[in-house]
Order: sequence, then structure tokens, then C-alpha cells
Amino acid sequence: MSGFHQRHLIGLENLSRKEIETILDTALPMRDILQRDIKKVPSLRGKAITTVFFENSTRTRTSFEVAGKYLGADVVNLNVASSSVQKGETLKDTVKNIEAMGFDILVMRHEMSGAPVFASQCMEKMRLINAGDGAHEHPTQGLLDLLTIREKKGTLDGLKVLIVGDILNSRVARSDIFGLSKFDCEIRVVGPSTLIPAEIEKMGVQVYHDLDEALEGVDVVNMLRMQLERQSGGLVPSLDEYSSLYILTPERLKRAAPDVMVMHPGPINRGIEMASSVADGPYSVITEQVTNGVAVRMAVLYLMLGGMENETLH
Amino acid sequence: MHENEKVLLDQEAIKRALTRMAHEIVERNQGVRELALVGIHRRGVPLAERLAQMIFDIERVKVPVGRLDVTFYRDDLSRIGFSPVVRRTQIPFSIDGLRIVLVDDVAFTGRTIRAAMDALMDLGRPQQIQLAVLIDRGHRELPIRADFVGKNIPTSRQEDVCVLLEEVDQGSETVLLRSQQTHRME
Repeated sequence: MSGFHQRHLIGLENLSRKEIETILDTALPMRDILQRDIKKVPSLRGKAITTVFFENSTRTRTSFEVAGKYLGADVVNLNVASSSVQKGETLKDTVKNIEAMGFDILVMRHEMSGAPVFASQCMEKMRLINAGDGAHEHPTQGLLDLLTIREKKGTLDGLKVLIVGDILNSRVARSDIFGLSKFDCEIRVVGPSTLIPAEIEKMGVQVYHDLDEALEGVDVVNMLRMQLERQSGGLVPSLDEYSSLYILTPERLKRAAPDVMVMHPGPINRGIEMASSVADGPYSVITEQVTNGVAVRMAVLYLMLGGMENETLH
Repeated sequence: MHENEKVLLDQEAIKRALTRMAHEIVERNQGVRELALVGIHRRGVPLAERLAQMIFDIERVKVPVGRLDVTFYRDDLSRIGFSPVVRRTQIPFSIDGLRIVLVDDVAFTGRTIRAAMDALMDLGRPQQIQLAVLIDRGHRELPIRADFVGKNIPTSRQEDVCVLLEEVDQGSETVLLRSQQTHRME
């Protein structure tokens, strides 16, 4: 019997340590499938998954799409942004129509925090996976980060993890923090005070404003993407100034633990948050993260679709 | 020991049955050329490893041993109401052209074996697939027959055959027949 009992996957906040471990354990045999000549198993044959992205993303959407296809499900990408929404359809109607077409899982990204929770309340049997909502959560990114760390370090306990950059606008940071806080980790965040949300210490993290100081002795550095499209509010004086203070360079990285690993959720702004020599350097695990992303999404789809018929699991 | 339990095989009987099966495998295949054993998770895995060791004792040749997880190929995923634990398939050799002996603890409906054959076919093209089971308890639902059997045990569907192996069952080593009152969760 598996240890995953969620009807929908909205975020890592509500998952237990055991549930997170079940997903990570399940992701390992999933990743093996990617190495095979025949990258398809019939586990989810006859299941239908749709990805509905109200906000653009190529990587996450493609990752969910191949994850479903490798498990034998049918995956359809609905292009709502350019059709129903423009015609004025409400989110509730969109969800109800998708369910009426017989889909088992709706993978949804939305620019509004909380939209997936609302959408999940509009469904009867369908299940929802949040692929990122506003500045709230991006649970599968958090899971792939946890998997990547656990693979490299062998454990998620006893580590010092630093998250760098725009914490305020980052759902990745939030999911990482919620996920890591289920384990015995020291979590640090660093960035200009305008990009650190007030009272974030209450999530159990230590706040720094100086990158060199924050890097001291850390095992993991997660560089967030400077979200240029969200910087209209004048929260940083200029990108050059931000970059001069917070860019990760090989020299700065020397302050971290000798076997430090560097992560980035992508796409990278080379030369803004991270020097190319770091992104392509020996400590970078960025391409492993992409592979692990497919594996954890396969694990989540498998765990959620396996229990479909049993109402007591809700 | 509960009163609704009966010991079918003890430690010595398991060992004797496996020893005979190892000899039969070598005899049937006229040696161990192009032979490989693949255990089905969970209890087929230690059984395959033991058979490989016994074959080594007979022939002084190490036959390759793989581990197969058939969860992705089950036909009951949306019927059983939960997602079974997936274990890693580890077959560190090409199965193309080999004679593969699938190893499991109990042959029952045949559905696990069907799933295992489908899983193997996705990994390559073996020359032949043979089946070795410690216990054959009957009640096949598919046209599948074991080539090597430790012990045939007629059962009723209300009974449960329970193989305990020391590698995975905290040192217990026995085969039990249980009536349905003691419900076992896999």
C-alpha cells in the first residue's frame, strides 16, 4: 500500500514527510524508464490527462506531457489562453467542460495564486495537479528539487540549503521551503529586502541580505530565476545593480561547502543571477533537475491515478 | 502459529525443492549457456539469487541474475484502489537472445507472470522464457504453465499461500497455508 493519500496536489505545504518520501521513492523506477530503448510502460493505459496553462511555460508543460506519455496515458494540451478565456469563459466553466470530456487529471498553471484550489472545488471525479499558481506553490518543482538533493547528498536531513534571489515572487522558493521544512534542514534565503516577503522567518528560514555571508558552508545553493517579466514594480533599482550583488560566480561559490551543489529551476538568465562558468561548471546539477522533473511527475501521476476508484482515500 | 495456519514447507524442504529445481534448470537447458535468471519482486528476487548460487555449485558458472518489477504492467491498477509500491527493475545485461528463467514464489492466477512477460518483452527479445515457481497453487486464469515447480499444492480460493523468506521476512523461512480469517495486506 502506498503512502500517498491526496485527492489533488495543490502544494507541498499539506504533504507529510512520508508522502513526500513515497513520491521520491516512486520516482526512481520512473527515471529508469527514461534510460530504456522502449520508453513506454502501459501502467496508465486508457487514462486521459490534460495540461491547461493559463500562463506560458514550455518546460513544465512538456515535462508533464512526456511523463504522462511514458506511462501510457493519453495527454492533451489544451490551449485555453488563446480561446475560451479570450471569449470570456469563467474558470469554473472551463473546468467543468474539461471534466465533461472525460479527463482523469487536470494539470493546471495559473497566474493567480489559489486558482487551482478554486478549480479543484469545481470538479467531481477529476483530480488536479498544480503546475504553478502565482506566487503560491509549484509542488512538482519542489519535489524535483528534493529528489535532486537527495540523490546527490544521499539524504535530506542535516543539510544547509540556500535559496537566492526573488523570494517574494517565487512559487518555487515557497514549495522548496515547505518541502525542506518537513526534513531536518537549515534553510537560508538571501536577496534584497524588497524581494524578501515580510515575516518569512515564520516559515522556519533564516534571512540574509549579503550573498557572501549566506553562502558560508552551505551544501546546496538554489538560484532562483530573476523573473524579468515580474519586475515592473521597481523592486530593484536596476538589473545591473542586482546582478553585481547577487550573481553567483566561481569565486563566491568557494565559501560554500567543498561538495556544494548548484541548482536552478530554469530558464537561466546567464550573467544576471548566475555566471555561465557556474551554470556549466562541475557543481551544477541543472540538467539532472530536468530529468528528475519528468521522473517526479511520472511518480505523481502514477500515485494519483492508481487510487482513482477508491473513494475512501480522499 | 495460529490454528488456521498449516506449515507446507519448512526451511529444509524449501532448500531441497530449490536444489532439485536448480538441477532441472541446468538439465533442461543442457547447461547454462545463454541462460539468465530474472526474479520477480519481491520474493522472486531472493529465490532467483539462491537458484543462481545452487547452479554455480553444480556448474561452477555464474549465471546473470536480474530483478523485475511488474507493477507497471498489472491489469488491475484502477481496480485495487491504491497504487502499489513500485520497485526498481534492475537487469544489468542485455536479454536479447538469452533463455530467461522467470522466478517467483507462488504461481496462482497467472496474471503476474503475464505482466512479467510483457515487461521483459519491452526490455528486449529473449530467445525463450521459462518459468520457475516455488509453489504452484492452481486456479490459473490465463493459459500459463510453470516449467519448474518446487511443490504443487492444491488449494481452495479461500486459502492463502504465504511464502516467508529470510532475506525479506525478518529471518522467517517457511511456506504456510492460511485460511481466509487472517487477512493479509500485500
